Amino acid sequence: MKKLLGLIFLTVISVVICQKPALAADPVKVDGSSTVFPITEAVAEEFGKSGGGKVIVGISGTGGGFKRFCRGETDISDASRPVKQKEIDACRDGGVQYIEVKIAFDGLAVVVNPQNTWVDYLTVEELRKMWEPAAQGVIMKWNQIRSDFPAEDIQLFGPGTDSGTFDYFTEVINGKAANSRGDYTASEDDNVLVEGVASSKGGLGYFGLAYYEENSGRLKVVPVKGKGDAVAPSKDTVLNGSYAPLSRPLFIYVNKDSLKTKPLVAKFVRYYLENAPTLSAEVGYVPLPQNEYEAGLSKIQ
Amino acid sequence: MSSRKLDRNMDAAFKIAGLAATFFGLLVLVVLVIDVFMDGFHRIGWDFFTSYPSRKPEQAGILSAWVGTIWIMITTAIFAIPLGIGSGIYLEEYARRNRFTDFIEINIANLAGVPSVIYGILGLGLFVRMMHLDRSVLAGGLILALLVLPVIILSTREALRSVPSSIREASYALGATKWQTIRHQVLPAGFGSILTGIILAMSRAVGETAPLITIGALTYIPFLPTSPVSLSQQSPYVHLSLQGFFDPFTVLPIQIFNWVSRPQKGFLADAAGGIIVLLAITLFMNGAAIYLRYKNQKRW
Repeated sequence: MKKLLGLIFLTVISVVICQKPALAADPVKVDGSSTVFPITEAVAEEFGKSGGGKVIVGISGTGGGFKRFCRGETDISDASRPVKQKEIDACRDGGVQYIEVKIAFDGLAVVVNPQNTWVDYLTVEELRKMWEPAAQGVIMKWNQIRSDFPAEDIQLFGPGTDSGTFDYFTEVINGKAANSRGDYTASEDDNVLVEGVASSKGGLGYFGLAYYEENSGRLKVVPVKGKGDAVAPSKDTVLNGSYAPLSRPLFIYVNKDSLKTKPLVAKFVRYYLENAPTLSAEVGYVPLPQNEYEAGLSKIQ
Repeated sequence: MSSRKLDRNMDAAFKIAGLAATFFGLLVLVVLVIDVFMDGFHRIGWDFFTSYPSRKPEQAGILSAWVGTIWIMITTAIFAIPLGIGSGIYLEEYARRNRFTDFIEINIANLAGVPSVIYGILGLGLFVRMMHLDRSVLAGGLILALLVLPVIILSTREALRSVPSSIREASYALGATKWQTIRHQVLPAGFGSILTGIILAMSRAVGETAPLITIGALTYIPFLPTSPVSLSQQSPYVHLSLQGFFDPFTVLPIQIFNWVSRPQKGFLADAAGGIIVLLAITLFMNGAAIYLRYKNQKRW
């Protein structure tokens, strides 16, 4: 009996050893922005269902995603802002070459509490007055923004510093990315920001348009006046460019090497661009004009 | 008021205060559980357990999450249990008390209080980057094993200490060696408490999110780690594979964390569903721990 067991054991061991390393294709590895995640997830889901292959998607934030991407750990990096000089350098040091592809638009909504009856619109200058680093500890009441506003306290809510949304907003409003006052309630979870603004009368916050649309009953969106008239964000105003400057493109960055050596990556990116128009709209973003997708496709050929 | 009457009033007042304190915690828990059940109970069903995450909240499921959780738990157990019990036995039964063992003891007690995210950062540097394990089941399991190791060591020692020395002395008197005494007398006697400690440690690991998020465990993963045993039509019919330990994974808390931060309300229901499953797992493990403690209670 013992001999038999031993024999079985040996067979099992030899089977284990003789097993070839898994030949299953290495999955496409994607990481990066939480804003872009829903689009990539949707594309990966459909890609898998249509028999395309395995794709895994992580959320490390745009900055965190680039850190991994430039070490060559991922094939594709989701980004809610263009790559920064610091990251370009890191990628060069890591020997990673990449192609930038635009995949959709997102509007940043500025929202206030529904009980806020005084704000009809805000100009970019007024937003800067509220958010610039010099405002810290100084701009605390609404009448400091515009003199006919009441002397109500301002409570500010915004994304944390690892977020591409934070980088983008601070860049277009304060003139320099990541340049912001620090005394506001920060959260990487946009639903926390929604709750914050919805429960404080003098609250103001900014986040992706999709979060406003899902909570439009509890929030009031603020039209933003840039160069022209004050415009409220919507799919149309984001797409036709009139909601400026708080509309932004979303990107994926594709590792050139992976594109060449992993056929699955090329197949996935092609599938991504072909299906982004419908899928990005489905998860709450604004698709690019068709010719932009065609431009992306020709970039990766 | 006589001082005796005052004493009696104090007694009654303290009883009420104690009762209120007890019910406060319970009340909060009940409110939480009811809230979660109202949000997520309708999501619990066969499909929820057998579907991968999806962009459509009503089709999304926790298959990759719960399977990943089980993989991680098994990996954690493989490393943490032998190491934890082994060092517990050494420290309690063999080690001489000197400055060095004091130093080790203080450090183990300290490690038990280190925030879990620190273990994540350690794991990111050591397992993921230096040992090139990448974001694998093995890396995740090793991190959680480190995290629960101090708890297992401490509870093993506690269990061995509660075995009366008369048992050991009797064993020695019959000519048993130290190892025979530990193997046949002390360990069986302390087994119930050790097991309780292990289960409580594992139920802590089940809910850990921070260290796994630190190493960048994944949130969308449409396949499971390779099964360790697979069958096929051709010889040798049964395949064994360790590949699963090197596959990427996600776990329930990460999936819940991801759903909670999505704009669509449907995902909040999914998150609540995931929380119910996680609560059920934790409740089951804690229940098992209490049962084992009760069953193995020995009176000396």
